Amino acid sequence: MQAYPASVPLPSSDKRWKLVEATMRRYGHKASSLIEVLHTVQESFGYLDEVSLRFVASSLRLPLSTVFGVATYYHFFSLKPPGEHTCVVCMGTGCYVKGAGNLMKAIEEVAHVGAGETTPDGKVSVVAARCIGACSLSPAVIFDGEVFPKVQPSTVKDQLRRWMGHDAG
Amino acid sequence: MTLDELQEIAEQEKEEQKGIQHRINVSVAAGCLSLHSDLVLKGLQTLVHERGMEGTCKVKGVGCMGLCAAGPLMRCEPQHTYYGSVPADRPEVLAAIVDNLDGKPVPEFALSPDVPFFAKQQRIVLENCGEIDPERIEDYIAVDGYQALLNCVANRTRDDVVQELIKSGLRGRGGGGYPTGLKWSMVAKAKGEQKYVICNADEGDPGAFMDRSVLESDPHRVLEGMAIAAYAVGADKGYIYCRAEYPLAVKRLKIAIRQAEKMGLLGKRIGESDFSFDVEVRLGAGAFVCGEETALIASVEGKRGVPRPRPPYPAYSGLNHSPTLLNNVETYANVAPILRKGGDWFASIGTAKSKGTKVFALVGDVNNTGLIEVPMGISLRDLVYTLGGGIPGNRNFKAVQTGGPSGGCIPEQYLDMPVDYESLASVGSIMGSGGMIIMDDSACMVDVAKFFMDFMRDESCGKCVPCRVGTTQLYGLLERISDGNGRMEDLENLERLGSMVQRTALCGLGQNAPNPVTSTLAYFRDEYVKHITDKTCPQNKCACSKTPAASAAGK
Repeated sequence: MQAYPASVPLPSSDKRWKLVEATMRRYGHKASSLIEVLHTVQESFGYLDEVSLRFVASSLRLPLSTVFGVATYYHFFSLKPPGEHTCVVCMGTGCYVKGAGNLMKAIEEVAHVGAGETTPDGKVSVVAARCIGACSLSPAVIFDGEVFPKVQPSTVKDQLRRWMGHDAG
Repeated sequence: MTLDELQEIAEQEKEEQKGIQHRINVSVAAGCLSLHSDLVLKGLQTLVHERGMEGTCKVKGVGCMGLCAAGPLMRCEPQHTYYGSVPADRPEVLAAIVDNLDGKPVPEFALSPDVPFFAKQQRIVLENCGEIDPERIEDYIAVDGYQALLNCVANRTRDDVVQELIKSGLRGRGGGGYPTGLKWSMVAKAKGEQKYVICNADEGDPGAFMDRSVLESDPHRVLEGMAIAAYAVGADKGYIYCRAEYPLAVKRLKIAIRQAEKMGLLGKRIGESDFSFDVEVRLGAGAFVCGEETALIASVEGKRGVPRPRPPYPAYSGLNHSPTLLNNVETYANVAPILRKGGDWFASIGTAKSKGTKVFALVGDVNNTGLIEVPMGISLRDLVYTLGGGIPGNRNFKAVQTGGPSGGCIPEQYLDMPVDYESLASVGSIMGSGGMIIMDDSACMVDVAKFFMDFMRDESCGKCVPCRVGTTQLYGLLERISDGNGRMEDLENLERLGSMVQRTALCGLGQNAPNPVTSTLAYFRDEYVKHITDKTCPQNKCACSKTPAASAAGK
């Protein structure tokens, strides 16, 4: 089958669309590259919104329903914008045995949001991860991309308070 | 590149290494990195540079050494001294280590290589982990890397390679334990112009991280195994389906692929033969069911990772309806040593039906958390007490959970059982990918079962009714019991429903989903009964606990 020419106009002049376009070109605009392309969109924009899903669907010549189906099927993809900071709590078995549930409770106490939610002020997103593979350092938490081993509930509380500016005033 | 040229590079590399008196290997795998081993590496390199020792002492970043509990880890050669919990922020400690390379090891941080954790292991898959720089192909070539591949391509027929695998008795390390040689011969015999080789690196089992460690520490080993497999079955295109949650593994894989292509060890006309093989990395996106082979193939095709009924098996109709060979990371990592040392050598290790070694991740309530590789047939007791160093805080062993969410909980009475595929199955668990979660006597088994069922109902893809509805109903029953509202008939319902899901679900995920419930019900039934009759959790873990404050504080 002939690869589809990249004739779909970019949604805006935002330079990040060029990265998305580059990924699609690398895979010859094939339908099988859908997941890779969605990864690039999320990496560039932080989440998948309707504009990007429509753009990807028409560029790869896929029904929007298929793209939406894939985007919602996989846990890794998010359709909501992330907060300024992200706190990923590993809820794998190793971390669970070592008390990851208590870390979640500590977060709910301070930030009043649960897994998959963002604080109303948009400061902090809380994510529950399947398993980040740091089982021997459990319980593990990722604060803004950096893995912290053997985390105590007090550590999580302190970090969240700093992010939310509680101790600044 | 030909075999002779490869050997020349290996010789040259070995010669260069001979000139170096001291080697300091610092682990830069993800576990140690999160404990700032990169700063330790940098600190040591600066010290060696300042002291003008660059000619005699080489400091390099290597892969995982296994004992994650004592990270960041490093080792000094030729003395073979391990250092654990090396503090990156204490330059005087780093200086003491560098200044005492010839003398006595710095006592506070030194670990003896004779401790059972290191001494009791037999390393095949992990033999290069912690030894070589994963981002330098020359390091891998110096330890006979890619020799097996070029030797196969130049001197052995395809059938010969498959026969060697059959002779070795290697079985799939992803969980199922299907004989690898048999799978290879099926794909080799399958009719089709285009064939594919896929590596399952979607290590979804929470509590298992052996594949991540292999990919981060020795990526070339996996690539070589895949290339040999491709040669044996007649494929020219391969995919590595890797979790997006493992960014470091993905990065190192991509570096390794580029290096191997540049040297002509992957790509067109490998070893100047007619054999060509290209490899691409495909990212997973966090769906547990994608560990199932048909779901994984759908995901590589860019679709929702949903399993389909088999037959047809992927060996006949897999990726793009072509014959496809699918093995996991650890299986491929066993291939090169088998072809280098022979199938008979491999078959001499392990038990009658489970050959070779297995990598296990020891996590949870155990002193030496980390990765170990031991011969098949070792007892659970040895794993937990000898290598694992026992249970911390003077508590008692309660259960070990093997095989991830699809596995079962094994109680103390089976601790002397040998670890192999058949024995684990006989007590209602599975080998799985090799995660071993050890729980002490503070664990509540109802809570554990509920945790796993929550995971499974969330991960059920929803295609078949037994799994979609069954896991939710099982979870509901468990929740009722843990809330203190359980009834005695709930236990029978759990058993009946569990057995129904096991018999009728479409794929392995659903069929194994009730295992944590059925195994805890079989071995820890009195705990369930206590929740129902006393309406309280004996371990203070569940919502029905008498003292909720204690349950919130946990341990």
